[in-house]
Amino acid sequence: MASDIDKRGQGYPRRSDMAVLLPLRPAPQMDSLSLTTWLAKIRWWQVMLLMLVWPLHAFAQGAVTVDSAVAVLYKWAPFLLLHGFLFNVLISILSMALGTGLGVLLGLTLISKWSPLRFLGNTGTAFFRNAPWLVLLFVVLLAFPFELTIFGTRVPLPGWIKAVIGLSLPVAANIAIIVRGAIQSVPSAQWEAAESLSFSRMQTLWQIIIPQCIKRMIPPWMNWYAILTMATPLCSILGTEEMVTLTRQAMEAEGNKPELLMPFYGFILVLFFLYCYPIAKLTVRLERKFAFKL
Amino acid sequence: MWSPNQPIVAMKNVMKSYGDFDVLKGISMDIMKGEVVCIIGPSGSGKSTLIRCINGLNDIQKGSITVEGQEVHDPKLDKRLLRRKVGMVFQQYNLFPHKTALQNIIMAPVKVLKEPRADVEARARALLKKVRLEGKENSYPGELSGGQQQRVAIARSLAMRPDIMLFDEVTAALDPETVKEVLVTIKELAADGMTCILVTHEMGFAKEVADKVYFTDRGLIVEEGHPSEIFSNPKDPRTKAFLSQVL
Repeated sequence: MASDIDKRGQGYPRRSDMAVLLPLRPAPQMDSLSLTTWLAKIRWWQVMLLMLVWPLHAFAQGAVTVDSAVAVLYKWAPFLLLHGFLFNVLISILSMALGTGLGVLLGLTLISKWSPLRFLGNTGTAFFRNAPWLVLLFVVLLAFPFELTIFGTRVPLPGWIKAVIGLSLPVAANIAIIVRGAIQSVPSAQWEAAESLSFSRMQTLWQIIIPQCIKRMIPPWMNWYAILTMATPLCSILGTEEMVTLTRQAMEAEGNKPELLMPFYGFILVLFFLYCYPIAKLTVRLERKFAFKL
Repeated sequence: MWSPNQPIVAMKNVMKSYGDFDVLKGISMDIMKGEVVCIIGPSGSGKSTLIRCINGLNDIQKGSITVEGQEVHDPKLDKRLLRRKVGMVFQQYNLFPHKTALQNIIMAPVKVLKEPRADVEARARALLKKVRLEGKENSYPGELSGGQQQRVAIARSLAMRPDIMLFDEVTAALDPETVKEVLVTIKELAADGMTCILVTHEMGFAKEVADKVYFTDRGLIVEEGHPSEIFSNPKDPRTKAFLSQVL
């Protein structure tokens, strides 16, 4: 008894006869929707304003040349859209698919009961989340051969496939964090109920826990898709023939005139914006919808 | 080998602590097949911890707990085999919110025991009828009242055909008017011969249904006996003080 009183004297009661209200721990913080929140905050009139300012600025540089520059862009636009931008979209979709698969596996290692596996998972996650994307791209580009020999058949490994792999790595690490956060947001009582019904850990995870939290993973997952899509122009540095590479080549073909810079790069900006803005709006809306429901 | 004339649950000198806080300081009890046992006592006396040790949800530091002769805390034991024999119902129901009442009941027998779905479903419907929830098969937990959810939870445990049922303050979170419907269900279960171990604050229920009542305080069993003795003629001053407060 004396020791009890001592401990209480220090203002830290270790035992009590009364019902104790445990501190309320908030659900683990999900990945914040940094990019999409910011994007979704942009209003349509702000975009319109920008669209107005752009030609005016260009006009100030000299009306005649802008006229011809826009005409040049008009000539190139279908090619840039179909061969350039759609390729970026393809890269982003494939990277996301690969990144999601790897990310779920990595996320499961983060909640593993076997500490060596958890340690490996944590290390990998921390590494790929914090490494600069461009560095990862270069590492994959240089570390992977240009072709693979699988069962005697040679499979070429072009640069854009390596870009898909390189971009999927940081995405996977961030998805792993999302998966872990979502799983931990399900009350532990659900695990106990499943345990009492003799479910194994894997059965509990796949049949009881994950179905309950899959909705919560969707908004942060979409946020990372938007971030990934915006990062795809990085591939141009690896020589992948995507939007930015093709734009540069088109401008070179037109004699590298400085007045081409604004309309051509502006066109890239507009396309990425048109693609990512609805995703961002939808993400923020889903986030609000799922926020208070389990 | 265990035979039905031996205790179905036997605890010997069970001790458990969280850090340097001793929750259980040497608990011993023998429970026979078909007995209904109520554990009562003030909050924080270790009642819930005690009952959660029986199906291995909590581990213990010292002593032994056997269920049908099998040591629960034997590290070589596959706890999943043990838990098929021991059903458990929680204070907060803990139904799976993404599944309907019927699916909640069917899941474990189909996925864990690998029984044919049609058999399990027939059994589940019968169980829902037994707990008076016909017509609620396709309701989600969120659409049911607390008392209804708790009865689904009881049916869910029963679907595994356990030998023992553990009830951890199952009426503590319910509205007073729905407490009764859950207690009636448990009473019927007891009348069918199910071994029931309850942690409860329902003294009237304990008095009426229990074969044996244990009064715990600060991790020890202070007094045990038939409810008529404990409630009308408590011997220990702590039991007297507690009963005078709650009765």
